[in-house]
Amino acid sequence: MQTLTLAAILLLLSSFAFRLGRKRAFAVSAHEPRSLHSLPGYYGSWVALWCGLPAFAVLVAWLVLEPTVVRELVISDLPAAMQALPSDNIDVLINEVRNAAQGHATTNPDLAAAADHYTHLRQIGFAAVAVVSVAIALAGAAFAYRRIEPALRARPRVEASINVFLVASSTVAIFTTIGIVLSLLFESLRFFHMVNFFDFLFGLSWSPQMATRSDQVGSSGAFGMIPLFTGTMLISLISMVVALPLGLFSAIYMSEYAQPRIRAVAKPALEILAGIPTVVFGFFAVITVAPLIRTAGAMFGLSVASESALAAGFVMGITLIPLISSLSDDVITAVPQSLREGAFGLGATRSETIRQVVLPAALPGIVGGVLLAVSRAIGETMIVVMAAGLSAKLTFNPLEAVTTVTVQIVTLLVGDTEFDSPKTLAAFALGLMLFAITLGLNVVALHIVQKYREKYD
Amino acid sequence: MTEMAQTTAATRTAETVASRLSRRYAAERRFRALGLGSILLSVGFLALLLGSIIDKGWTGFLQTQIAIEIAFDPQVIDPDGSRDPVTLDTADYAALVRNGLVARLAPEADRATRRDLSALVSTMAANQLRHMVTNDPSLIGTRATLWLLASDKLDMVVKGQVPRQLGADGNSLNDRQLGWLGELEQAGQTRKTFNATFFISGDSRAPEQAGIWGAVVGSFFSLAITLLVSFPLGVATAVYLEEFAPSNRWTNLIEVNINNLAAVPSVVFGLLGLAVFLNVFHMPRSAPLVGGLVLALICLPTIIIAGRAALKAVPPSIRQAAAGLGASPLQIVAHHVLPLAMPGMLTGTILGMARALGETAPLLMIGMVAFIVDIPKSPLDPSAVLPVQIYLWAGSTERAFVEKTSAAIIVLLLFLVSMNMVAIVLRKKFERRW
Repeated sequence: MQTLTLAAILLLLSSFAFRLGRKRAFAVSAHEPRSLHSLPGYYGSWVALWCGLPAFAVLVAWLVLEPTVVRELVISDLPAAMQALPSDNIDVLINEVRNAAQGHATTNPDLAAAADHYTHLRQIGFAAVAVVSVAIALAGAAFAYRRIEPALRARPRVEASINVFLVASSTVAIFTTIGIVLSLLFESLRFFHMVNFFDFLFGLSWSPQMATRSDQVGSSGAFGMIPLFTGTMLISLISMVVALPLGLFSAIYMSEYAQPRIRAVAKPALEILAGIPTVVFGFFAVITVAPLIRTAGAMFGLSVASESALAAGFVMGITLIPLISSLSDDVITAVPQSLREGAFGLGATRSETIRQVVLPAALPGIVGGVLLAVSRAIGETMIVVMAAGLSAKLTFNPLEAVTTVTVQIVTLLVGDTEFDSPKTLAAFALGLMLFAITLGLNVVALHIVQKYREKYD
Repeated sequence: MTEMAQTTAATRTAETVASRLSRRYAAERRFRALGLGSILLSVGFLALLLGSIIDKGWTGFLQTQIAIEIAFDPQVIDPDGSRDPVTLDTADYAALVRNGLVARLAPEADRATRRDLSALVSTMAANQLRHMVTNDPSLIGTRATLWLLASDKLDMVVKGQVPRQLGADGNSLNDRQLGWLGELEQAGQTRKTFNATFFISGDSRAPEQAGIWGAVVGSFFSLAITLLVSFPLGVATAVYLEEFAPSNRWTNLIEVNINNLAAVPSVVFGLLGLAVFLNVFHMPRSAPLVGGLVLALICLPTIIIAGRAALKAVPPSIRQAAAGLGASPLQIVAHHVLPLAMPGMLTGTILGMARALGETAPLLMIGMVAFIVDIPKSPLDPSAVLPVQIYLWAGSTERAFVEKTSAAIIVLLLFLVSMNMVAIVLRKKFERRW
């Protein structure tokens, strides 16, 4: 809250600086703005930048450094006995100090004192930062203000800083990818120190709960991802069996047969289907589809698990229909009309044209779309978390409960997480596999689309 | 001779073609029916989904109340007659409710009967009485007929969400309680009113007291952060890539990157948030701030791709005209191209926000699954968001939570529909064809 107020003050100062700078530009031009190098507003912006940027830099630097600095200071002030504790315990202590500082009572007088110290330090720190940043803002504004003269090239300078912002923004995507790769990689490497890489990759049993106790850490053989992988594949397969024909035929009908009236209803309906959050589909799977499948199974004398792979895969298939349909629709519409007309001219019916001319021409795009859908199915989380089970059974029976990679990631990380047990780290290793597989599928999909695209010009 | 052979061959061909024709037409009709069937089936699934959610959820906007005459017994509330606020606050109001129920329904009640009676009303009823008495101590010693919030089990039976038969699936009332319910209904002492609790309170273990307001506020904070972070970044990236970036390997790398990020499973972004925002930067767990940042990274590619499409749609003549008048490249973009592309960018942003509003999995990773009763006051307070609330309630065992979950889903879908409507209106209103 304090920080927000300070930021607001700095913004206010900058806007003042803008007005002052613009006024000053008019003044130095002797009210003859044409003698200025740039429009007066650029002088204002230049002063505002000098006022705001360094001050905000100080503020951000403090926000980043504050937790560490204050923490070190508080630790150095703790009784020596506490300082001698291993770093994990110190973390716990610091957390308690933080809680105490936020008003939760603590029984330990040392910690209560530390909490006071903590609050005190933070207040001092904030006051110092407030003073420093406002001073810098004023100094920056004054510096720029005094340098305003008609020959000052204000516009290029302002534009240069905006350019820096644009370039920096565009690198965020790169940093996100790097962040994903590095965080997954580091935690996974820690995991592979405890569990053999090949045991993880090719192990046939998965029961992470067993390894939470410290005497069982390591290669207990409970971290084999094959059962999770087959579960994921089984559910993805079921979903594609549902989604592929429905999506593809919908796309064909909509692009080749449908009158505008049907299109006007069906297309938005599919878009709505695509816009419904997956958590809703998960609930639908649990509440409506799973009981339906169980009743249907009972009629044929089959016993269906309450969290069957079939229910999860079926509902996931429904969510993928719009994706497949819209991607296929795009590629089918992109097939040139002359091909169809050629086929009609030879006496082919519409369906023959579609099956023997349009679909082969559109095939690479459709295959690409299907691969994208598979990658979506593999990474899909909420439906399987809610509708698929937790038991890592190595089975291909769609009526049984299976578990998937994403389900296990969520299960391992929800709740109290401590970052030393292989149990939590396993989630990152699974995440790495998931990332690698989906990335691979996407790259292959793009490659197929680009390489085998027919060019008709 | 040869001529005749030729004619017969031609007739034969014509005959084969004709005889195949009906089969080919049948195949054509089958193919067409398949297409229509898939569309109908897909739309049917949508209808089934919405139908089952609305059917289970619409009663969630109602709550059952029962009218009971309550005696504000001074012996129970304040035996000393001191009217001390602490005494008034800590008095056993549940006993007042119980006594009222006993007096109305079963005057000679033993312990078990009393327990069954208490199960008819929510624990909220006692709070209601406490609130009344602490506000107005002069009530003590009077009698009043009050509408009290019914318990979730009674609520479910009254609304017909579970069958009224004894021992039916989901019905946990016993025969005595069902008898009492019948008695109250005959006397007109039950009613269904608008369930304001659902909209103004936070989460609760008791379904009849649970509300979505905490989650709505949490979602609002998260989305605000997401918008603040991803919109400027997304627009800036789109502008840079579309208008300024030289076409070299670096630019190419960024573009490939963005396309790949758009296809990374959202749960992986959750892992990133956990490893970076929580473990490296020590941001607070379960806070909308972290949730908003993770969601911002997730919808950034959407915004960038939509933004680039919008910029591409602005014809080069606009840029050339501005350049001809002496505008600098940045002025061309800021004064002319960007305003023209803005509706398209906003549409893309709203669609990205709609996706972020429904996103659940990455938020589970950063600990937004805690049971939180309080309404968050700032983006740093622990809170739930709407889809996570749905997930949490969906995992609850009480039958009444199925109704609450469906009702929360209806609210979420309404939010999504209105966001999409805004996007469509924007597109319709400002779309320009050059």
